[in-house]
Amino acid sequence: MLKNFLVGCSLVLVTAGLACAENGDTLKAVKEKGYIQVGVNGDLFGFGKADQKGVWKGLDIDTARAVAAAVFGDLNDRLHFTPLTAKTRFTALQSKEIDLLTRNATRTLGRETSLGLDFVQVNYYDGQGFMVPKALGVKSAKELSGATVCVLPGTTTEQNAADFFRSNKMDWKTVTIESTAELSQAFYAGRCDVLTSDASQLAGLRASAPNPGDYMILPDIISKEPLAPAVRHGDNQWKDIVDFSVLAMINAEELGITSANVDEMLKSTNPEIQRFLGVSPGNGEALGLDEKFAYNIVKLVGNYGEVFERNVGVNTPLGIERGLNALWTNGGLMYSPPFK
Amino acid sequence: MSESTVRIEEIKPPSSDVGMIGWVRHHLFNGVFNSIATIVIFGFLIKIIPDFIQWAFIDSVWFTSGKECHAAQGACWSVITQNIRFNIFGYYPFEEQWRPLVAMIILISMLVYSRDWNRWNKMLGYAWALSLFIMGVLMKGGLFGLVPVESTKWSGLPLTLLLSFFGILMSYPLGVVLALGRQSRMPVIKAFSVVYIEIIRGVPLITLLFMSSVMFPLFLPEGVTIDKVLRAQVAIILFTAAYIAEVVRGGLQAMDKGQYEAAESLGLNYFQMMRLIILPQALKIVIPPTVGILISAFKDTSLVVIIALYDILNTTKSILTDPEWTGFSTEAYIFIAMIYYICCFSMSQYSRRIEKQLEYKHTPTQGP
Repeated sequence: MLKNFLVGCSLVLVTAGLACAENGDTLKAVKEKGYIQVGVNGDLFGFGKADQKGVWKGLDIDTARAVAAAVFGDLNDRLHFTPLTAKTRFTALQSKEIDLLTRNATRTLGRETSLGLDFVQVNYYDGQGFMVPKALGVKSAKELSGATVCVLPGTTTEQNAADFFRSNKMDWKTVTIESTAELSQAFYAGRCDVLTSDASQLAGLRASAPNPGDYMILPDIISKEPLAPAVRHGDNQWKDIVDFSVLAMINAEELGITSANVDEMLKSTNPEIQRFLGVSPGNGEALGLDEKFAYNIVKLVGNYGEVFERNVGVNTPLGIERGLNALWTNGGLMYSPPFK
Repeated sequence: MSESTVRIEEIKPPSSDVGMIGWVRHHLFNGVFNSIATIVIFGFLIKIIPDFIQWAFIDSVWFTSGKECHAAQGACWSVITQNIRFNIFGYYPFEEQWRPLVAMIILISMLVYSRDWNRWNKMLGYAWALSLFIMGVLMKGGLFGLVPVESTKWSGLPLTLLLSFFGILMSYPLGVVLALGRQSRMPVIKAFSVVYIEIIRGVPLITLLFMSSVMFPLFLPEGVTIDKVLRAQVAIILFTAAYIAEVVRGGLQAMDKGQYEAAESLGLNYFQMMRLIILPQALKIVIPPTVGILISAFKDTSLVVIIALYDILNTTKSILTDPEWTGFSTEAYIFIAMIYYICCFSMSQYSRRIEKQLEYKHTPTQGP
């Protein structure tokens, strides 16, 4: 297995000139410099974006904060953010410019195998949807034959929409505009009948409409977009740390632990909770972290539900329902393996 | 000469040729075509200007939240006023934003003071060195008790000015050297210059920026990373230099052969000849196209958006992705356009001034 890995690694090195991480490298380097360099999206409200004071906020940002909490036990300037475009994000990881990528990247087989990176636990299940004016009187995406569709050019979104219309044998015309903000303006100005984008975006775009009540998001979701953090291929320890930092937030929600009650939970007699919070040791050592890493995550960042509601939930401008991102016990896909 | 004309009795021109009416006749209605054009343009202006004023000033809101903006009829200037600090300084730490502000003020005052080259002397050179050092310390921190701020957080207007100032400052001499290299009789230098210029001119700036930010880091040895801002800066310098080189070559070729021969016959060596005789004249001829290139270099810095550096255009775009402010791109872009206009207009005004100052005696190519 090791041989396979080495061969794969050198092949990657030769073909693309990529750096291959060795096990344990990243954690050591990160601890030495005292911070994690994180690649993020700079312009995606609710996921990765700085507010007016330049403070980073979003679901992806909180995911990175969870990793920092796990590694360092505090959040005092432990994260340095590098805003990346869709085109530069993977190279930044390969060239070691960043240690961790939390930039709403969709996990796909192609990316995982050919780009020298590993995706970890999904932190948001997205999918592509459609928004239409209510006046159009459409109830399903299947009725959109002959529609003019506003779409971002050169994205998987455009590809997915093309596949959808072709497989349903419907005619369509596209209006492509490079920026999401201007795309939505074109839609509200009536230059197209339909706006298609990731469902997480549609809610926010609808909120910014002149009259949000005039528009509706169709129930059809035409693609799977599991958004996951990514790390360099080869450093398994670092991958485990990032993976279980995300999972710790999910597990905390499953166990009913929140940032408010985590201190009380330390006294819990439930062996599962004791193991999770490091009262009974073992998990931390296995990851090469402090035994209280999960406690720190929940205390400093919160469980997945809190993070979701804070950044993208129904009380934010995005107003997104949990949907697929609810716990498996509530009909969603968020499911954590046992922490033992 | 004027003495003699004074004595002749002045005959006044007809009243329709002077004053307001004369000006209008001469400038707006001198011929059928021009009259039609004037009427059409005036009609157009009368149609749009009141609407624009209504939108921009009368119905506009200035200091409200995004919600109130959506309700307002006119322009929402709040998108600028409420986000001005992020728009100008971007990710620079909020409490430390006085530092880039001071740095920008120093830079602009130094530029304004240095505009007159009668003031150019050794002292000014030292002053520039000192103020560049101060600006560096202010931006970067780490000295004199200033909190260090890594360059990845430099953004907004300071980044735009930084990239364009050093881009222009470095690319100009490099471009001149390349132009001289292309004219050189030494084959290696000549070949290098030609290949360099043609390759750089053969690719768009975006390609160079991509190379510098995406490809280049992959070839660096393990553990070595070069600052992203620096990489973009180098790409901009290399790119602009190639264009400057071609413009300067035009100037060199426009020089009379006699100038070279005269210089050589005086016993000047190559460097003296270039420095004292050829370049001062050649560079003067090409001031207008050079400034054209420098202005476009200034505007091209906004292309760093594609490698996720947040210059002032990109911080604006970032603000517009906030659902609270989505939809007010017109107002935000008008503001940015004004900043760009002020900078570019000052540059072209300055170049015109230099041209006037240099308009001494006759141009070198005149005469039989």
